[in-house]
Amino acid sequence: MASGIKDKVAILGMGCAKFGERYDADAEDLMVEAFEECIADAGIDVSEIQAAWGSTTFDEMGVGKSAIPYAQALRLPNIPVTRVENYCASGSEAFRGAAYAVASGACDIALAIGVEKLKDTGFGGLPNMNPAPPNSQWWANITAPGGFAQLASAYRAKHGISKDDLKRAIAHVSVKSHANGVLNEKAHLRRPITEEDALNAPIIAEPLGLYDCCGVSDGAACAILTTPEIAKSLGKGPVVTIKALQIAASNGTEASFNQWDGSHFLTTRVASQRAYDEAGVKNPRDDLSLIEVHDCFSVTELVTMEDLHISQEGTAPTDVMDGFYDSDGTIPCQIDGGLKCFGHPIGASGIRMLYEMYLQLLGRAAERQRDEVDMCLTHNLGGFPHENVAAVCIVGRND
Amino acid sequence: MVGITGFGGYIPRLRLQRATVVAANQWANPGIAALAKGERAMANWDEDAVTLAVEAARDCLAGIDREAIGQISFASTSLPFTDRQNAGIVAAALSLPAAISALDVTGSQRAGTSALIAALSATNGAGHLCVVADKRQARPGSTQELTYGVGAAAVTVGAGKVIADFIGHHSITEDFVDHYRAEGRRFDYYWEERWIRQEGHLKLIPAAISGLLEKTGVAADAIDRLIVPVMSRGAGPGIAKATGIPAEAVADNLQANCGDTGVAHPLVMLVAALEAAKPGERILVAGFGQGADALLFETTDALADYPARRGVAGSLEQRREETNYIKYLTFNGLLDMERGMRAEQDKQTALTTLHRNRDMLLGFIGGRCTKCGTLQIPKTRICVNPNCGEHNSQVDEPFAEKPARVMSWTADQLAYSIDPPAHYGMVQFEGGGRLMVDFTDVDPDAVEVDMAIRMVFRIKDVDEARGFVRYFWKAAPAGA
Repeated sequence: MASGIKDKVAILGMGCAKFGERYDADAEDLMVEAFEECIADAGIDVSEIQAAWGSTTFDEMGVGKSAIPYAQALRLPNIPVTRVENYCASGSEAFRGAAYAVASGACDIALAIGVEKLKDTGFGGLPNMNPAPPNSQWWANITAPGGFAQLASAYRAKHGISKDDLKRAIAHVSVKSHANGVLNEKAHLRRPITEEDALNAPIIAEPLGLYDCCGVSDGAACAILTTPEIAKSLGKGPVVTIKALQIAASNGTEASFNQWDGSHFLTTRVASQRAYDEAGVKNPRDDLSLIEVHDCFSVTELVTMEDLHISQEGTAPTDVMDGFYDSDGTIPCQIDGGLKCFGHPIGASGIRMLYEMYLQLLGRAAERQRDEVDMCLTHNLGGFPHENVAAVCIVGRND
Repeated sequence: MVGITGFGGYIPRLRLQRATVVAANQWANPGIAALAKGERAMANWDEDAVTLAVEAARDCLAGIDREAIGQISFASTSLPFTDRQNAGIVAAALSLPAAISALDVTGSQRAGTSALIAALSATNGAGHLCVVADKRQARPGSTQELTYGVGAAAVTVGAGKVIADFIGHHSITEDFVDHYRAEGRRFDYYWEERWIRQEGHLKLIPAAISGLLEKTGVAADAIDRLIVPVMSRGAGPGIAKATGIPAEAVADNLQANCGDTGVAHPLVMLVAALEAAKPGERILVAGFGQGADALLFETTDALADYPARRGVAGSLEQRREETNYIKYLTFNGLLDMERGMRAEQDKQTALTTLHRNRDMLLGFIGGRCTKCGTLQIPKTRICVNPNCGEHNSQVDEPFAEKPARVMSWTADQLAYSIDPPAHYGMVQFEGGGRLMVDFTDVDPDAVEVDMAIRMVFRIKDVDEARGFVRYFWKAAPAGA
């Protein structure tokens, strides 16, 4: 029976570039910016890194194929370096590679870096996807907002919620994240918005308006992992460790079988339950301190509250409107602004979420710092509601 | 006896209001003001002669065993491909058996009646599906822009349960060039209307009709319905008068509410006539173009039992007015509208992939697991039912005619579409199976979860760099 990786892997250091429209920066600049902070935080030399994983989703957009761009940008010492890609969950996938390398004992110190250079397309939104030849001949003319917007139609139909009520609930999600983003110097979007702003914004994909969509940003985030023992021997304390790291990929059930109703993420439900089991979380609504979820769109965050088993089915709009997930609520969600305002450089986002949880656990989150931060969850999702990869990671102190 | 065994039709539901065209172009061509009345059928951006033909053929084949079709011919002067058999695309979309012969017929406005004569003359017992469709382009500001329509018709021909006996035909061939369209040209070039009427319509068509009546020994006053697919006012009555056919036999040329559907028009009018006909009616169909064809049918008692379908009359009822002339120009590639950078994505089609997946991509064939019965599309190697998972257990399951409902949807302003917002969503098929598909022909603000839809064969993408048209199936409102 596998014993999992709970408390076998510690975060030695982390770094994150300033996210945003980084017209000044190439992918190399973004990676080095995150890496310099990370390695200084870890207090080691680059020669001590024994393996590395890098994540980029749009590989032709500024970074290139293979792991060579990461190895070259960071001048890694001829170690094994692997590029991973799992749509918007790519960052979590790189983190998992490094975590497994340490947990297995294959190496003492491993690096995970995620980077995305998106603002070289010439237009707003994500670059066009280039599905493989078979898919391109029959896939719907789908974009990210259009894929996720469909959650709203199915959720409303399932729970009998009016269009206006749902629109207000998802507006609250965005207003909250904008308020949080104001306090984050590294965030892409740092302007508060009102509910009226969100409700009256131009429609991108019915019913999602401009403020229901996350920022499309350039950025990079980085983590150096080791064992708790090595972390302590290097003078770290308290030490932040991984309590659980679970990924679930769709196998076609949602897209092609007849059961899934289109209103939720089957994979998130599976991955989060496995993560709670691994971490020993009995009741997430009571046990979690902070969560960073994949709020690519406001409605994604809304339904994810139920898929993480925190809000009961059909009650996420009520919890959201009650302020349960606000910065002063019971479980603050997106305390750093989330994808919505910190920004969403695809390959970096999973690691960026962990960066904030790491800072909060160590009491280093400045104005955003919450009290009594103990158990933190990140949720990173790649793909579309009907076919996706969900990554759930739980981190905490190993005192 | 040989004759027509089935019929169907399709007119796209968009109806361009002629008044809006005249208002836009009258400054340049005041003469078009006389044509400002009524409406003409206009294709959606994702419709061409092939998709029109498929829709008419599906209408025709409802209730007919497709395995019994042995031949297909497709007549049009707006075939999307000059060298790729267009009838073959239609056959694939209809999932007709592989062992059939197929033929494209083109080169004249008479191609439709000529293809029908050929089918009737050569029928060997196996069913012959004769499909006609046209989507001709007209220069902005021209008369043709107002008189042309788009549409399609289909008939099956054979010796089985005949609903209209084929009595005979007569053809005249004369290189009368009232108009022409040279290779590589988009638009027709016309000579003077008065000359066309007097020396063309009123001489060649009567000559063909008279030849037919003489050959068959049928008296002119025994003709119940005369089909003259000519738009100029007075052509039908004039030809009736010249041939002795009663004036009341002249059929509506559909100019008021459809327009001239080109090669398709004689059969579109024939289908409309059959829809309204009683057993024992004699219907004479004329075709005009570098001469004339004349065909005579007599409906049988079997017509009374022919199941009702959408057909031409139903299509004409399912209309949506279009008053945006700029949209018409854009849909037809007549205006270089700004499309944004997202439209620049390369649309090359891997022909190897298309071939391997042709059943799914053209015929909309999915799978049915022989172990657990689960329907699924696309058909895959391992059954998608999580409680089954059987390998290599799926047999072909046609999905094109299955009713379905919308499970989730959106109207996307970000995705590039010629007709934004791009509507798409997940549809759930009755009996099982689901797919995320593009929607078409939807009315703004009318889509909702649980809305009934039917699948239609449409243009998916156009590869402008290489001139390739990629087809696939889309969801359309069931009543549209």
